[in-house]
Amino acid sequence: MTNEELLAISEKEQELQQQVRYRIMVCSSTGCLSSRSDEILAALEAEVKQRGLENEVLVKKVGCLGLCAAGPIVSIQPDGILYKEMTPEDVPAILDRLGGEPLEEKRIDTHQPFFTRQKKNALENAGVVDPERIEDYIATGGYAALIKVLTEFSPSEVIQEVQKSGLRGRGGAGYPTGLKWSTVAKAEGEQKFVVCNADEGDPGAFMDRSILESDPHRVLEGMIIAAYAVGANQGYVYVRAEYPLAVKRFRTAIRQAEKMGFLGQNICGTPFSFKVDVRLGAGAFVCGEETALLQSVEGNRGMPRLRPPYPAQSGLFGKPTLVNNVETYANIPAILRNGGEWFAQTGTEKSKGTKVFALTGKVKNTGLIEVPMGITLREIVYDIGGGVPDGRKFKAVQTGGPSGGCIPEELLDTPVDYESLKALGSMMGSGGMIVIDDRSDMIDVARYFMEFSMEESCGKCVPCRVGTVQLYNLLGKFQRREATEEDLKTLEELCDLVRSASLCGLGQAAPNPILSTLKYFREEYLAKIRKSTPVEEA
Amino acid sequence: MVATTRKVNPPDGDRRWKIVEATMRRHGYASTALIETLHSIQETFGFVSREALNYVAESLNIPPAKVFGVATFYNLFNLNPVGEHVFSLCTGTACYVKGAGEIVDFMKEEFGLEPGQTTPDGKLTFMVARCVGACGLAPVMILDGEVVGKLGVEEMKAKIREWVNHDK
Repeated sequence: MTNEELLAISEKEQELQQQVRYRIMVCSSTGCLSSRSDEILAALEAEVKQRGLENEVLVKKVGCLGLCAAGPIVSIQPDGILYKEMTPEDVPAILDRLGGEPLEEKRIDTHQPFFTRQKKNALENAGVVDPERIEDYIATGGYAALIKVLTEFSPSEVIQEVQKSGLRGRGGAGYPTGLKWSTVAKAEGEQKFVVCNADEGDPGAFMDRSILESDPHRVLEGMIIAAYAVGANQGYVYVRAEYPLAVKRFRTAIRQAEKMGFLGQNICGTPFSFKVDVRLGAGAFVCGEETALLQSVEGNRGMPRLRPPYPAQSGLFGKPTLVNNVETYANIPAILRNGGEWFAQTGTEKSKGTKVFALTGKVKNTGLIEVPMGITLREIVYDIGGGVPDGRKFKAVQTGGPSGGCIPEELLDTPVDYESLKALGSMMGSGGMIVIDDRSDMIDVARYFMEFSMEESCGKCVPCRVGTVQLYNLLGKFQRREATEEDLKTLEELCDLVRSASLCGLGQAAPNPILSTLKYFREEYLAKIRKSTPVEEA
Repeated sequence: MVATTRKVNPPDGDRRWKIVEATMRRHGYASTALIETLHSIQETFGFVSREALNYVAESLNIPPAKVFGVATFYNLFNLNPVGEHVFSLCTGTACYVKGAGEIVDFMKEEFGLEPGQTTPDGKLTFMVARCVGACGLAPVMILDGEVVGKLGVEEMKAKIREWVNHDK
């Protein structure tokens, strides 16, 4: 595949799409599919055929359109109309209205902050391209970055560009991506691996699923560029088996890319060769930790090990391995296409670019959003999210999953970036954001996360295996109002111990939900401490 | 290549073992194919039996203890057959704050089932999933593979009753 050939495919595809007067896009992501968007797609196709509109109207399935709360969503282009809560019965009506006055009762106002305050990069093509057609991805400029890199850039120039962008790992820890790439590139060894971490186990997070379902080629292109930069010839995507649609679409993408020569031997006529395989996770949260993930790819129990050595030196099968998250790879093609400086224009000084969040819980507009770093939590919850529904009061927003913490109302003006969230005792995490209203008890919330960490602990190290159980039991004492002052002290000491003595990130972060609720909602703990000594003990 | 091509016979004459066999062959009978093979067994038979574990151990030349260790480490593998109908409840955070916990209590009261259990008549299995990633629809439940979301707790209960009684 040469650049000219790629352009030819792109032009042909664009022509095909411009021949028609209207493009009707139906969201076919897990969220909308479970609200029967497949039936809407079928009804649209049938109705268009019946009316003989095939040459005027193109019906296509696309990835996530973002506003999951209003699904199933249908978008009409070029008019830019979005319809919510569609049913197959609405199909004739929307076809009748094509080019005329839209169906007001089903219309979503696209001028509301939910749409206008976002800035898309990783999700640029979500809801625009058909995730199962490589030609559609190419028509939006897909794989152009790869060809440019392979023909014009040396591996070290690619890394320089990524370093210039200031991109940091989107899995949550925020390690500089360019630095990680250069470490793997410098590591000695004939055989190197590139791994995509798509084991999104955080409850309340679905960014990676959505990216893989909506735009799998973008992630794949990012991985191939990474492989070229670090000198790897084999890649693995480790994805949760709980995401069957994402798995299916990614596998399709791999086959299509192989057929077009973007994967395999001598990619695009250059000496560079690279292969990608899918590995399924099997329901273990700890496998999101990179050393555990690599164990799992090797067919073992996913137990983390001490670092160093880091996977960059000794990873999969003991070889240098680059591990990055789905969203990190999804950011790569645009960085190489537009340059690192372009990417660095967005965001804050230390956190560049945009971040995808899964906004859920007690908030009006639940769904998937991508916002520039530095936006405040208040803007996310109130402007984009539309605030708390049912006239309830906002209590906290939980970020970062079981490793994160709860942030109260008074700190909502904090800008969203890696350092600020960490300073609040929470973390960016992979990007789950769950809004909690005044009906939730914060000890319950903390205990919920502790139950999760306890059950998901791999059991390898004692502080995590035993500590999480004890923390869970202690919180139970508070819930039953049996706790004493002494228990509060123990709780705090134990949190500190588990945090400092655990082997991997799961254990080290497990106490965060307790620590952050103790910090911001301490009165709830105090209110549950037993006031008087029970009669039998007195 | 020499040691890995020895032929191990499947536990019984069930033709579905061919699918499992094909998975192992595709990975060159390498020990790293263990998890992929377990997935293949579960997809084919619905659960991973003791016999299947031994068969995999022998075929891939891995100690049975390790195979058992891996199969039990991951939540996704069922070592017991599941019921005719499977009810899975998402207990992710978004579902939790929207009342999934009450449904766990309901399953206990109404059907006597704790997560992971099957009714004695083998009709219904109750499972919990740690977030299926459809948080925008929270609370989410999966009735025989069909994702149902955006219901209130009482509506969920009604839907579960209706679904369970459907083929009575």
